[in-house]
Amino acid sequence: MRIAIVGVGIHPFGRTPELSGMQQGAHAARLALKDAGVEWKDMQFAVGGSYSAGNADAMCNELGLTGVQFTNILNACATGGSSLLAASKEIKSGEADIGLVVGFDKHARGAFNAQPSEYGLGHWYGEAGFMLTTQFFAAKLTRYMHDHGITVDALARVAEKAYENGALNPNAWRRTPIDLETIKNSQMVNDPLTKYMFCSPSEGGVALVVCREDHAHRYSDRPVFVSAAAMRTRQFGAFEVYGTSVANHDVPNASVAASRAAYEMAGLGPEDIQVAELQDTEAGAEIMHMAENGFCKDGEQERMLRDGETRIGGRLPINTDGGCMANGEPIGASGLRQIHEIVLQLRGAAGARQVPGNPKTGYTHVYGAPGISAVTILQR
Amino acid sequence: MTIQSAARQRAIDPALFHWPARDPALLASRCSACGAMAFPVNPACMACGGTEVGTVELPRAGTLWAWTIQRFMPKTPYHSAETEQTFRPYGVGYVELPGALRVETRINDGDPAQLRIGMPMRLVFYTHRTDADGTEVINYAFAPA
Repeated sequence: MRIAIVGVGIHPFGRTPELSGMQQGAHAARLALKDAGVEWKDMQFAVGGSYSAGNADAMCNELGLTGVQFTNILNACATGGSSLLAASKEIKSGEADIGLVVGFDKHARGAFNAQPSEYGLGHWYGEAGFMLTTQFFAAKLTRYMHDHGITVDALARVAEKAYENGALNPNAWRRTPIDLETIKNSQMVNDPLTKYMFCSPSEGGVALVVCREDHAHRYSDRPVFVSAAAMRTRQFGAFEVYGTSVANHDVPNASVAASRAAYEMAGLGPEDIQVAELQDTEAGAEIMHMAENGFCKDGEQERMLRDGETRIGGRLPINTDGGCMANGEPIGASGLRQIHEIVLQLRGAAGARQVPGNPKTGYTHVYGAPGISAVTILQR
Repeated sequence: MTIQSAARQRAIDPALFHWPARDPALLASRCSACGAMAFPVNPACMACGGTEVGTVELPRAGTLWAWTIQRFMPKTPYHSAETEQTFRPYGVGYVELPGALRVETRINDGDPAQLRIGMPMRLVFYTHRTDADGTEVINYAFAPA
């Protein structure tokens, strides 16, 4: 049994000073309800969250205090994936037929400044200067480049593609293409990653209306089905964000575990995926996540990027909406943005950035602190 | 006790290392049941959840396993003696300690541009900042050996 996505809505990502994060979530919710041809009072449950823009259930002040069961989810970068997973279980259990999934956020400018205690770490960890996700991705990347021959050129190509795709997406934040040399020569942030190779915290909201598979055609003539939704946390010894120590031997990380679980649930493999959204907190993350999600062997990314295989029109288009780099990362909304994009691609409704060939199967992946990952496989 | 040292000092966190100490080393917990180690000392085993854990000293030398350079001054909770004006980029990464673990560390002493994966590294200690009462806050780092 699967669940169906029958309505999607998004508030453009970026900076919207006149609206709170929650209002951006409510905006997305109204659009998703309209898209499915239903009303808020029809929702038998709602689930969602934000990292720094308030409790999702307070959104009822905007949508109507219907008394609906509304569960708040807070799971860092996996907030969207975990919300969809909760909705999926609600429907599969038979408790409910239709509900709303929503994620939104609004962050201050500059890098996130999480508190160590939120992650079970001593205060020293922040005091001493380790509490930065950017450091983890950069350190992981220097090791990966060393082991697998990835070059700075490949990093710049990922960023170039992100802004190119962002320019085709009316809901993206960064909508101006940036050339390879400018990307490579921009300010160094965490070596080898420059300013334009990183995403920034931003704002936005996304919502989905989901229902039982056998009710899908009541609401949509182009439903998209959730063939897998998996979420995993870190295993002992793996190299993950905010890890004070790591085993001397390699242990599969949370992304690898979530990805394998999702393929198994869907009965599919990486070769079946026609369009993918991968966590691209920075350019190297997208490259490493290509291998961790099974789309290539370690090191093959260099050639794939040179040949444009992950561009729209390539063999496996990745982050067709510009990903985190062009959209920024409002933590609560970011995972659902990926799902929103894949739904549009599978409906054939992605406009100027539509992947050719009527893709049937898409994939989303998020990864975040302190070593959590959520993966979905979506099909029409 | 009436002994007073010239400068009062304390470890940034006692779970990391003892200070002052004659021959300080980083501390890890080791599970009595499964043998898994974790740095810094954790009250329970991070592998099996066992609550009988002992404390062991980690090797003082290893090799650089992964690294980057922190080019901008972190926001709070970062707490050093630096200001935006005096901030100097610092190396950060993981050092592989043979037979033990890869530990996350700042990389002090030496030109960050010279960092290379696999280079030998040694444990060092430095004054990270000074508390309002004059106590020096000591932190660990690794430096090229």
